[in-house]
Amino acid sequence: MAPIVDIKSLTKSYAKGPPALNAVSLQIEKGEILALLGPNGAGKTTLISIICGIVTPSSGTVTVGGHDILTDYRAARSMIGLVPQEVMLEPFETVINTVTFTRGLFGKKPDPALIERILKSLSLWDKRNSKVMALSGGMKRRVLIAKALSHEPSVLFLDEPTAGVDVELRKDMWRVVDELRESGVTIILTTHYIEEAEAIADRIGVISGGQILLVEDKATLMSRLGAKEMEIELHDPIDALPESLAGYNLSRSDDGTTLSYVYDTQAGRTGITRLLQDLSAAGLVVRDVQTRQSSLEDIFVGLVKEKT
Amino acid sequence: MNMRAIWAIYRYEMARTLRTPTQSIISPVISTVLYFVVFGSAIGGRIESVEGVSYGAFIVPGLVMLSILTQSVSNASFGIYFPKFIGTVYELLSAPISFVEIVIGYVGAAATKALAIGVIILLTAGFFVDLQIAHPVWMVAFLVLTCISFALLGFIIGIVSGSFEQLQLVPLLVITPLVFLGGSFYSVSMLPEAWQAVTYFNPVLYLISGFRWSFYEVSDVSVMVSLIAILFFLAACLTVTWWIFKTGYKIKS
Repeated sequence: MAPIVDIKSLTKSYAKGPPALNAVSLQIEKGEILALLGPNGAGKTTLISIICGIVTPSSGTVTVGGHDILTDYRAARSMIGLVPQEVMLEPFETVINTVTFTRGLFGKKPDPALIERILKSLSLWDKRNSKVMALSGGMKRRVLIAKALSHEPSVLFLDEPTAGVDVELRKDMWRVVDELRESGVTIILTTHYIEEAEAIADRIGVISGGQILLVEDKATLMSRLGAKEMEIELHDPIDALPESLAGYNLSRSDDGTTLSYVYDTQAGRTGITRLLQDLSAAGLVVRDVQTRQSSLEDIFVGLVKEKT
Repeated sequence: MNMRAIWAIYRYEMARTLRTPTQSIISPVISTVLYFVVFGSAIGGRIESVEGVSYGAFIVPGLVMLSILTQSVSNASFGIYFPKFIGTVYELLSAPISFVEIVIGYVGAAATKALAIGVIILLTAGFFVDLQIAHPVWMVAFLVLTCISFALLGFIIGIVSGSFEQLQLVPLLVITPLVFLGGSFYSVSMLPEAWQAVTYFNPVLYLISGFRWSFYEVSDVSVMVSLIAILFFLAACLTVTWWIFKTGYKIKS
């Protein structure tokens, strides 16, 4: 099946400085949730802004639903909803009017029932006649989401939608994202919160310095790059590692009560059995053992460091 | 043509006017009434007539022009500058609408507001002087063409401006002086010959002259020259707007 968003060799350069995007190619499948992770200035917002029509690309092509974003922009844009990173709303307008306005801009005929449904799902219905400026920061973010959903997009871009919002809204948003995924909407999410990507994305893309470093299925990425760590708590602290354990990749905590052992889950042998036997042979009494999967954050930090 | 989008922009902009009636409607009416009191009654009482028209009635077309020029420029410039300032312009750029449709929405709303104010001022003037409109079709044509042309100029100013100060610069330092010196309150023939020659370089003179002709058949220049002048101005504004959108100047990076 053809990808719903097809980005080919997309480059954006400015007169000064390095290119904001450097020959980015990315295919996004219909119905998936793709999380784009990257440090500040990586090019995430530039990429989204080009696809949505806010920034003009220097070269390369993007199609949305098979429609070129430049030559067939009407068809392409009518499929896209955008929740921008910054809270940008007309402060003097009421919630319902500003949401209805967006639907009109997208050329859709008025549908009060749909607007009511969207506002209710985002807990905004009670505030529908309030002016935007009277809302809290979290509520304003909900209004941005409501606006983006008002024209029933099939591709939704969420540019750091939960940056600086409370836990309640974050969970609300995840619920909305889940409902949208079930209705077949493709979602592209940029985030600083790695746990957010870990929790809701199907695929993870890592972008840094205007280039896509990798795009991988989340589970594959975790298992491919995921190292595991075993923490061994000792009954009695030790001052130094016994000579017999020197062959292991072990590190000792400062207080000498814990040993950490990093191993590869994909390797044929993890070495755990032999290590435990050797620990016992060295006269060390194990009090407790726990293992920890390296998080997406560890993978991400590792990748970006490697690149720079 | 995305008619629904044009309508959405138009309605949104008109709603802004209705939300702020003091600033949008009452304020221009009050200033016009003040002009009538000061120029029409206090000073005008000492001037019998200009080219056969009572001075109070003579200044009505000029006063209407003064208001609609400043109103159409300030409405349209604010209309597009405000979304740029608060960032909501992203919505316009990411919506499936063409630049032509954006212009029609914003300029249409600004021109409508200016037109409404022009009509209100004319009605208000009717309470003070005996108004006669010799050529109503021409009068409406001049009114509409001027509102559209200057709303386009305002739109351009709104796009180009980088601050609220710049937004005010053209209406305050260019439009108002040109209107005052363009024969709003006097006939050009009343000026010394050298100043008459200078005044003919003022484009607003042609608008006021044509508009006044539609009322009293009295003009400083031929009505056809006035019509050509306004059409030329309209064409110039359209060209600049087209260029702005073609290049994305100050809108898109």
